[in-house]
Formats: sequence, C-alpha cells, structure tokens
Amino acid sequence: MALITCEKATFAYEGMPVVKELDLTVEKGQYLCIVGENGSGKSTLVKGLLGLLRPVGGRVFYGDGLKQTQIGYLPQRNDHQTDFPASVWEVASSGCRGLWMNATKRKQIKELLELLGVAHLEKRSFARLSGGQQQRVLLARALCATTSLLLLDEPVAGLDPVVTREMYDAIRMLHKERGLTVVMISHDVQAAMQEADHILHLSNSGSFYGTPFEYRHSDLGLAFFGGCCCHE
Amino acid sequence: MNNVFEMLGKMFSYHFMVRAAVVGLLVSLCAALLGVSLVLKRYSMIGDGLSHVGFGSLAVASALGLAPMAVSIPVVMASAVLLLRLSGRAKLKGDALIAMISAASLAVGVIVLSLSDGTTGDVNNYLFGSVLAMTGEDVWLSVALAAVVLVLFVLFYRKMFAVTFDETFARATGEKVEGYHLLLACLTALTIVLGMRVMGAMLISSLIIFPALTAMRVCRSFRSVTICAAVVSVACFMLGLCLSYLLDTPTGASVVVVNVLAFLLFWVIGRARERA
Ligand SMILES: Nc1ncnc2c1ncn2[C@@H]1O[C@H](COP(=O)(O)OP(=O)(O)OP(=O)(O)O)[C@@H](O)[C@H]1O
Ligand SMILES: [Mg+2]
Repeated sequence: MALITCEKATFAYEGMPVVKELDLTVEKGQYLCIVGENGSGKSTLVKGLLGLLRPVGGRVFYGDGLKQTQIGYLPQRNDHQTDFPASVWEVASSGCRGLWMNATKRKQIKELLELLGVAHLEKRSFARLSGGQQQRVLLARALCATTSLLLLDEPVAGLDPVVTREMYDAIRMLHKERGLTVVMISHDVQAAMQEADHILHLSNSGSFYGTPFEYRHSDLGLAFFGGCCCHE
Repeated sequence: MNNVFEMLGKMFSYHFMVRAAVVGLLVSLCAALLGVSLVLKRYSMIGDGLSHVGFGSLAVASALGLAPMAVSIPVVMASAVLLLRLSGRAKLKGDALIAMISAASLAVGVIVLSLSDGTTGDVNNYLFGSVLAMTGEDVWLSVALAAVVLVLFVLFYRKMFAVTFDETFARATGEKVEGYHLLLACLTALTIVLGMRVMGAMLISSLIIFPALTAMRVCRSFRSVTICAAVVSVACFMLGLCLSYLLDTPTGASVVVVNVLAFLLFWVIGRARERA
C-alpha cells in the first residue's frame, strides 16, 4: 500500500482546473521529484497531497499508516509577514510535535540547525535573515516535523551553489539513513535526475511519471531539456 | 509628592476602586496575551467588532432586565465564531462585514438604551466605561477568566505560535488550526465582555491592540513580545487608573492615553536602537 494515492485527482481554483485527472502513488522510501514549467500546478499538487486543497474530482488518500502529523512540509518561498517577531529558534522548533519542549527535542533541533549551518543564528530575528538563511531555517522546521514523509516545494530556490549542494546532500542523507520518503519540487532538472528515483513532469498538455532514465528518453523530457544534457 | 501617595492610599480604601483595579488588571493581562496573536494574525478587527456586539447585547440585556453577563457572554462568543468565519473567507468582504456588524450592534444598543428609561449617563458608561460598574460577582468572574486564559495560554503557547506564524504549515502537519482559532476567538470574547464595563465598549479593543504593537517596537522574538506586552499592559492600566483618580478623568480613556504614550516611547526607543 502506498503512502499517498491520487486517483484521477483534479485540483482547481475557482472552477479552473490546474491539475487534471492525475493518477499518482507515493510509495514508502521513494524519492520523487516533480518538475514542470511555472504555473503547471506543482505547488497545487503538493497542497493537494497535504490535504490543504480538496480535489474537485477523483480522490487523494493516505495509506500505510501515514498520519498527517508525520509529514514535514517546506512551503514555496512566500513572503512571510516581514515584521513577524520570531527568533530562528522559535521558528525551527515550531515544527516539533507536542505541547512541550524537552531535552531530546532541543537536542534534535540543535542538530538540525547545525546540519543546515544556521546554528549560530539561533537567537537572531527570523525576519531579518537573508532569503537563503530563512529557507534553511524553514527546512529545519520541516525536518523537525517529519518522521516519515517530507514534501519540499523548491527547497533550493534562492540558495547559493555551495549551500544548494549541501542541501541536496542533507536531503539524500535523510532519505537514505532515516528512510524518509521525499517528494520534492524543483526547477533544477539536472539535480532532480541525479537525486530522485522517480520523476513526475507536470505540464498543461499532459504529464509524465517514471524513472529518471525513462524520463530522459520520453518526449516531455527531451522537450524540457531541449536536448541539453544527453551526454552519458 | 506625599500628597499623591496619600490620595492613592485613599483611592484603594474605596471598594469599587479595588474591584475595578482587580478586574482591570486581569483583563489587561489576558487582553495583552491574546492580543499578540490577534494582531499578528491581522484579526484586530475582530476584537473591535466584538466590543460593539458586546455593547449591543449589554444594552439589550439591561433593557430587558436580564443579567448582563449571562446574555452578553454567549452572544459575544457566538459572534466571535461568526466573525472568525467571515474574516477567514474572502478577505476583503470579511472586513466590510465586520464593520457592518459593529455599526449595526452599536446602533441597536444606542436605540434600545434610549427607548428604555436609561439616561445619557448610562449610554456614556457603556460606551466609555465606569469604575463603578463592577460587582463582587464580576471580580470572581474575571479571576476565573484570567485563570482559564493563563492556563490555556501557557499550555498551548507553542501551538499558538505555530498557528500564528504559519497557518499553512501548521495545517499541513496536522495541527487543528480551526480549533486554535476558535479557542482564541472565545477567550477574546470573554476578555472583551469582562473588560468592557471598566474600559468602555469603544475603548476595550485598544487593550488588545496597543500592548502587542508597543512590545513589537523593541522585541524581536515571540516570547519577548508576549512577556513585554503583558507587562506593558498591566503597567499602563495601573498608571491609567491612578491618573484617572488623581486628575478626575474617565478611566477607560486615561488607560488608552497611557497606552498611546507607552507606544510612542517604545517607538522612539526602537528607532534609536535601529540607528545605533
Ligand atoms: N490561490 C490561487 N488562486 C487562484 N489560482 C491559483 C492559486 N494558486 C495558484 N493558482 C494558479 O494555478 C496555476 C498553478 O499554480 P502553481 O502554484 O501550482 O504552479 P507551480 O507549478 O508551482 O509554478 P511555479 O514553478 O511558478 O512554482 C497557476 O496558473 C496559478 O495562476
Ligand atoms: Mg510552485
């Protein structure tokens, strides 16, 4: 049984369908990358997977014991209230379960902040960090929240090349060592092909789902790459 | 100087003053705590709307000779839930609807008061507050309310932060966002009804809005804002109450003016720090 199953799911805004009759399963242990042009409905699909948006047709359901509270989510860069008073620690720890903090949770957050290279910013105001730093703190929050599934909406957007590399390494490590299931939206198709074991390409004219190898040789894949990376 | 202390000593020899002080302090504390989330979630309008609904329901209750609290608490709570729904829906229209409900309740209240044998003094007391309004029962009610707000606030503090900071994330990770909103709205409704008669229907919402905004001038974390708002709110109320006694000015208005001064002070401090 898959963690999340979409059966002919259609998502729409004000009656305008954005994702049409999509069949998709997210299996335990999978690393799925969603690619596609701007406005093709990637973020919409992820919101649908999270239950933030109800399908207007078809259905989305969880299986394999997946509960909403085991999911970590990194929203696409949206301008948070620019003056919200919150420290980095407060933001990161807001991903943690339960009403109270304890020593184990504190240690976990410390480790995650360290992993993402923002531990020294702990006491700083979140609103006053750079975009990339904020992104890392939000990833730490998502990681605090998850025990089985991680949904990332463009996690590397706005990060510098070095940190982008580190981010991919960190996600791969979490996928491999902690057995997290990862669903990631990315415009970095190259990296998606290397990192993920499955690719979902959304476009207005239909979608593709398969392994990176299959994707490379599919019509959509070829068109999207523009034949730029057919070495190997 | 001695004279002032003497006068203040005398002030608290009046039972009604002690009652007003106790109720006012507890309400200020609760309002400040709830206010931080309300202001950050851009729900300040709800607080304002609720105070008008509270005025209307108090007026109706007194005209019909019913117990004021027994009528207004459920009415205001129900409106809190309604207003929350409205502001959650289409953002723009929600705002307008809240303003409409406010004005309507105010109009109904004023008419009911003028038709019943109330004097303009009554209307004035309802709108702008009076320290004479508190009964012993109100004191116990506000002690109980404050206890409930404080316990729930401390218990759900982390969740309140999560829901206030990023509702979408909270929802996505399985928090009962609606439940927390409902809790916030109900506690706000209770606070407003209790505080309304000391502060006045027109002025009670300032207790919710000012301390949070004041604290945000200088504090940069949620926790420091919360603590600072609570301290500022309590201090401003006490100062306002004493001033109103000494200068013989209306209590609610005096408290608001002290809050405005505190805001300006913190604003200047914030600006100075920014420059440094
Ligand atoms: N809240 C909304 N209300 C109405 N329409 C929306 C809303 N959010 C998105 N849309 C529309 O749905 C379509 C898909 O949007 P979505 O955000 O899912 O795209 P995306 O694939 O994530 O794009 P990007 O690569 O730019 O992030 C777009 O045409 C957009 O205009
Ligand atoms: Mg998107």
